[in-house]
Amino acid sequence: MAKYLLLKHYRGAPAATNDVPMDRWAPEEVDAHIRFMGDFAKRLEGTGEFVDGQALSPDGLWVRYDGEGRPPVTDGPFAETKDLIAGWMIIDVDSQERAVELAGELSAAPGAGGAPVGEWLEVRPFMGVGSADLS
Amino acid sequence: MDLVELRGLVPAVVGVLVRRGADFASAEDAVQEALIRALAAWPHDPPRDPKAWLVTAAWRSFVDWARSDAARRAREARLHTEPPPGEVSSVDDTLRLYLLCAHPSLSPTSAIALTLRAVGGLTTRQIAEAYLVPEATMAQRISRAKARLADVEIADGSRDLGTVLHTLYLVFNEGYSGSIDLAAEAMRLARQLATRTEEPEVLGLLALMLLHHARRRARTTAGGRLVPLAEQDRSLWDTAMIAEGVALLQAALARDRLGEYQAQAAIAALHADAQRVEETDWVQIVEWYDELVRLSPSPVARLNRAVAVGEADGAAAGLAELARIEEGVPRRTAVAAYLHTLAGETGLGADLYARAAAEARSTAERDHLTREAARLRQQLG
Repeated sequence: MAKYLLLKHYRGAPAATNDVPMDRWAPEEVDAHIRFMGDFAKRLEGTGEFVDGQALSPDGLWVRYDGEGRPPVTDGPFAETKDLIAGWMIIDVDSQERAVELAGELSAAPGAGGAPVGEWLEVRPFMGVGSADLS
Repeated sequence: MDLVELRGLVPAVVGVLVRRGADFASAEDAVQEALIRALAAWPHDPPRDPKAWLVTAAWRSFVDWARSDAARRAREARLHTEPPPGEVSSVDDTLRLYLLCAHPSLSPTSAIALTLRAVGGLTTRQIAEAYLVPEATMAQRISRAKARLADVEIADGSRDLGTVLHTLYLVFNEGYSGSIDLAAEAMRLARQLATRTEEPEVLGLLALMLLHHARRRARTTAGGRLVPLAEQDRSLWDTAMIAEGVALLQAALARDRLGEYQAQAAIAALHADAQRVEETDWVQIVEWYDELVRLSPSPVARLNRAVAVGEADGAAAGLAELARIEEGVPRRTAVAAYLHTLAGETGLGADLYARAAAEARSTAERDHLTREAARLRQQLG
């Protein structure tokens, strides 16, 4: 088994095929989307492939160390052009093919007009914690 | 004996060990160990006297621990900082335990963890699961909280229940995740506390919890969508729980020492009293919000008051109240969206709902606000 991160973006990903802001969908379409997301996670729990899913608020800030005895420097909110992560799902699957398959299904969540959103998701393999001897 | 009854024994067992001379931190560890053993053994081999079983098992753990060398050093170090153990106190053991676990020197996070374990009798693993953190993290949180309490005088300390009630309220609001129903656990602990003190705010808090919990089934759809109070199917409300909440509130108010939990419970009771949303007595609700803001002028109370004023005296009056609340207060945009929509400004309402969704702090709330924006835009065509 290998873990993969499926990353969802507020900004920075290529445009979705059905790119309409959610507050411009019909209310029932919003409901259908939310139901799909909940069912998807539940189904992966059922197959033993779900690890974690979290959503992030769009606001936040950059922070860095600014020298001994000084408070950290902060910078924010994020510029409009910046890549912005919206949330993730972590899955534990048998193969990269399976990870891609599941990301495709997640991207097909229903959107405006009931058509799939077709949102681009970033699929990132986790680094393993290998303990084998290196040759 | 079911698990809830088992957990109910925990404070008394901690009390017995402390009276026998164990320091609080070790006594609590020993009881936790006994509890874990009980959870494993009792299903096959239930004891005749559960409390005696727990006392014996916990005391044995404590003695084993005290005998080990490393532990002795730790104990000796601790003796220098702790008041002599086992002193007789006029305060009931269990009440003392509540006060200790939610001591004002602890952060709310620590107080919650320690209260759930030492008073609630939950295992570290259960608490960790409920709060979605690793078990090792939760274990550290609890042991650090106890280390902090080593410097605290308990017996003659303040009997102010303020932080205790706040801790229970935070647990209640955490709701439900994992195998432990934290709302139910908070109500159980509030109920247990109410048998040990005359403080009307304890009854007020318990009443508030019951009145809120009574609406639980109506609060979300099968699909997990939040249903706002005005749209809830009121036939799903638990009338027995409402009746109990109202009775407790009346008993609290009769003691004539009003507090913020009683005021909040009174507001919840007025909502519960309306068979249909149109029958809501908003004028009385505003009066109770006036009391609440006087008792505890938090931005949340003032925001909710602005909504009530909008319902009682019209959207313009509500918006005037809202204008007096500073920008940046959480949920302010959502309240603005609601009041502007109430004022018939549908387009502005939709924009504000969309903005409020971006500011939301939970996915359920975000989804609800997004849906409101979508609903208004659909009306606009």
